[in-house]
Amino acid sequence: MKSDKFWAWLVFILGGAYFIVPLAATFEFSLRMRRGTYSFDAYASVFADPYFASSFTYSVVVGLFTIIVGILVVVPAVYFVRLRMPWLRPFMEFVTLLPLVIPALVLVYGYIRLYGSSSLIPFTGSVLGTDILLTCAYVTLALPYMYRAVDNGMRTIDIGTLTEAAQIAGANQLQIIGQIILPNILVAILSGAFLTFAIVIGEFTIASLLNRPAFGPYLVGIGTNRAYEPAALAIISFIITWGAMGMINVLGRFAPRTSARTD
Amino acid sequence: MSSIDLPGSKPPRRIPWDSLAVLPFVIFAVMFLFLPTLSLMGAAFTDRAGNFTLDNIAGLFTDQIMAAYWISIRISGASAILGALIGLAITLAIIRGKLPQGLRSAVMTFSGVASNFAGVPLAFAFIATLGRLGLVTIVIRTLFDFDIYRQGGFNLFSFWGLTLTYLYFQIPLMVLTIAPAVDGLKKEWNEAAQTLGANAWQFWRYIGFPILWPSVLGTLSLLFANAFGAIATAWALTGSNLNIVTVLLYNQIRGDALQNPGLGAALALGMIVITSLANVIYLVVAARAERWMK
Repeated sequence: MKSDKFWAWLVFILGGAYFIVPLAATFEFSLRMRRGTYSFDAYASVFADPYFASSFTYSVVVGLFTIIVGILVVVPAVYFVRLRMPWLRPFMEFVTLLPLVIPALVLVYGYIRLYGSSSLIPFTGSVLGTDILLTCAYVTLALPYMYRAVDNGMRTIDIGTLTEAAQIAGANQLQIIGQIILPNILVAILSGAFLTFAIVIGEFTIASLLNRPAFGPYLVGIGTNRAYEPAALAIISFIITWGAMGMINVLGRFAPRTSARTD
Repeated sequence: MSSIDLPGSKPPRRIPWDSLAVLPFVIFAVMFLFLPTLSLMGAAFTDRAGNFTLDNIAGLFTDQIMAAYWISIRISGASAILGALIGLAITLAIIRGKLPQGLRSAVMTFSGVASNFAGVPLAFAFIATLGRLGLVTIVIRTLFDFDIYRQGGFNLFSFWGLTLTYLYFQIPLMVLTIAPAVDGLKKEWNEAAQTLGANAWQFWRYIGFPILWPSVLGTLSLLFANAFGAIATAWALTGSNLNIVTVLLYNQIRGDALQNPGLGAALALGMIVITSLANVIYLVVAARAERWMK
């Protein structure tokens, strides 16, 4: 049993080193911009770059729209499938697994072929159309995570009883979803939202192939032209990801449970 | 008999309403998952004039394209297998290694972050760590007078460099996915085995591993597909230097690098076939694993 503990510590320390060293090295590298001394010059240079602000803002806005569209697509579907159409569940499980199977690169290739400027629905024919297509592509990427978050949220509350109670009290369908179900699964939705945000914010492949000025393509551009700024941007990105994940953890403590049943 | 609309009864108008609520999801799935994939499949079997052909599929069997598939499969395989083994070791250490309780939640939280810390910033981090001017490269050179590039034959922009980088999101993904299965190994089984005279090796050989392996194998295919479709990290690390299949396809989409749109579609179809195979294995094995997870 003593040796068990020794091995556990050894594995933990080696694993920890692998994960901590690159972060420490990147941070150290990001401080080396001014010769001979540590400074935050690389960060100052990043924040002074107007393209940083504009691409970051663009990605945040696309991220917010992705979250809104994702909620509108997923929440009603999960609610009605759980409540009245359980036979559709395997279909939903299948659909929400697909984005994990089909690489994003392949999906965007399909979009460009299918929704090109000369097609029936020419998304890529205009800037607004391309922005909409990018948002929809991100909703697709985030679908597995948003679906699971919402589905888990609805599992922990008893939506059948809540719906019946609301109907007896005279609520209509819109009121039930908007005023009863949504507030009860808000924490789950927000978890899905922050995860979506973490995925979308630095996404490179789709944004670059659709030629949109997002944060991911901006990062690649900086990577090929600068030495110290990429390290600073890596640290900034890590902090953003940490923030989004940290919010999910904090929110998890406030999840409501109206049902003792675990189905 | 009663004309009162009972709360539990179903007025006929409710059925279309329900279907309408599911409709956005279905339309979304058709427009952004089914149709694009089917369109690529169609294009893979169509020549420039629009006739059915197998030439595009046959065109995949050239040295350049086969080499691209092969190095992608090797990098994905290596990072998935190593990621699964190391991830399993870490999970066993934090759950069954009697480490302080706080470490477990710290590792799980960090895994959530690191599994999402992929793409371009990850490439930057590894350039700053193991690039020619990276901290670790310099520290090793100063301390041991050993240049990992010149003397060690190491190159971050190579097979092992990319595999080492991918492990940064593969290991945490393994930890997150396998933790519930490791939790499912009940303490009582360990005690029962000990009472019957089994040593630690026998416990793992006959009880622990047979129960865990379906989950391990399942997660393995998830990790494989995860690495196989990745491009941003590779692109930011190596530009178009490393001939992996995602980089090849990216160049094809950008500027028809293969000078044959049908061949590009066939390339994409080949990727779907490979990741589907990995996931079919996952689904079959996951169904098997669920029997133990009650």
